Amino acid sequence: MALLKRLARQNLSPVAFSLNGKPCTGRAGDTVLTAILTQTDRLRLSDFSHEPRAGFCQMGACQDCWVLTAEGKRIRACSTPLTPGMDLRTIVEPRS
Amino acid sequence: VTAALKPLIVGAGPAGIRAAQALVNAGLKPTVVDEAPSAGGQIYRQRLVPDERSPRDLYGSEAEKATALHETFARISDKIDYFPQSLVWNIRSNSVDVMMGDRNRRFAFSHLVLTTGATDRVVPFHGWTKPGVFTLGGAQIALKSQGCAIGEQVVFIGSGPLLYLVAWQYMKAGARVAAVLDTAPFFAKFHLLRGLLSQPSVVLRGFRYAVELMARGVTVRFGIEPISVEGDDRVRAIVWRESGKEHRLACDAIGYGFALRSEAQLADLAGCRFVFDKRDRAWRPDHDEAGRTSIPGIYIAGDGAGIAGADAAELTGERAALAILEDAGLALDRSRIAALDGRIAAIQRFRTILEAAFPFPEAWAKRIADDVLLCRCEEISVGHVRTAAHDQGVTELNRLKALTRVGMGRCQGRMCGSAAAEILAAECDKRVEAVGRLRAQPPVKPIPLAVVDEGETA
Repeated sequence: MALLKRLARQNLSPVAFSLNGKPCTGRAGDTVLTAILTQTDRLRLSDFSHEPRAGFCQMGACQDCWVLTAEGKRIRACSTPLTPGMDLRTIVEPRS
Repeated sequence: VTAALKPLIVGAGPAGIRAAQALVNAGLKPTVVDEAPSAGGQIYRQRLVPDERSPRDLYGSEAEKATALHETFARISDKIDYFPQSLVWNIRSNSVDVMMGDRNRRFAFSHLVLTTGATDRVVPFHGWTKPGVFTLGGAQIALKSQGCAIGEQVVFIGSGPLLYLVAWQYMKAGARVAAVLDTAPFFAKFHLLRGLLSQPSVVLRGFRYAVELMARGVTVRFGIEPISVEGDDRVRAIVWRESGKEHRLACDAIGYGFALRSEAQLADLAGCRFVFDKRDRAWRPDHDEAGRTSIPGIYIAGDGAGIAGADAAELTGERAALAILEDAGLALDRSRIAALDGRIAAIQRFRTILEAAFPFPEAWAKRIADDVLLCRCEEISVGHVRTAAHDQGVTELNRLKALTRVGMGRCQGRMCGSAAAEILAAECDKRVEAVGRLRAQPPVKPIPLAVVDEGETA
């Protein structure tokens, strides 16, 4: 279930992306964090105890909202704008 | 003379914008490097694309200030070298390293103005890392920049003016605010009466937020202490202690913070001397009234110089720019300096009142349970700090970091550093300043290992 609730910007143009292989729709002007957390309730597992995390500061300081692209590139969700066709992965595998 | 000067400003919030404007007015062409995609800083952050909301919807009583700053920056954009979405991650003696996407560039400077802002100061409690718990600043950004509430039933908790402001903004935007839980006792708010004389509009606005929240039936409690966030995988409820009794309230999101802490890593890398600021309960770069640090040619302004708020940031940003002109022997308007200094001093006096009205909960450090997670990156608990203090005789923060990894993770202690200092100091029976401060390390934020270095820019 989604974590964030949209209160405004509902009428902006839709932006298609995929999340863990599933097609999803965000809005123009979304960050990756907003696009994902309006679909689901986690971004990654913590590195050691593998507890779910979903960001914290939303201003690029806490480094708790890293997700992956399909190519395996790590991106910080709160400071990365959503672009059409993004293929995003939440981090669901514990880091070895 | 002016052609030889290469001033560089880090940050494009209220301080950075006013600094740039003052330098442009003097005929200089500053370089402005900012992490965000557009200017405004966190407080006056702009949306990525326009939407149906007006500046009034976004910035409330501060809409005119926000608009004026954005317009000022747009007006000077062809007279500066502006690099958005760019991170200054290292400082050398006369240059900075800047990450722009996957590329690194080095910018030489003659004068450097650091306007690096602040982030929320947090104190850990059980469950503070669960999905649905955000900082107060983060909750505000979700709303302002993204038009989202952090949940369906939101509890705001902590202290500081932002607590009531963000709760009120959520209510106005149509979110359901389940409660405002103020960690400061109610009587602390009487300090604000003293502020009525110096900053009446600010104080009355704050009272209005609280009164309107209560009038709409929002639960507002004082003198509370958070105990835990319930929920296995995300926030389901908050539990707190109030007048010796435990209370529980169902909710699905929590906004949390205790005022702000300066982002001062770059000043540290530059070698600036730091001083302990009793009011902020934090170490900050030492500076004179104009923003000159201990290193010639390096200036500091805005909340990165010590917490003083957005209005002060505009004034201190301009003041630092005028100090550059003065130090370079250029013409400047002395009466403007006197006016700025007077207004900055008035805000500083008011900050002292605000701190008394929203005191930091110093006493908690002794009471936080051993199994509460302190460092969210490396997942180190409070008990590890206490064990290091007891068994290994640790009495200093960097030693603590080396032995326990507290503050060694990706955020470099931004989220845990303040609390780690409080807990270590309490355990050693020392004042918080006596355990020192975490030293900054380059890169100040994570950067990719595969970097294309384009060398120095002319």
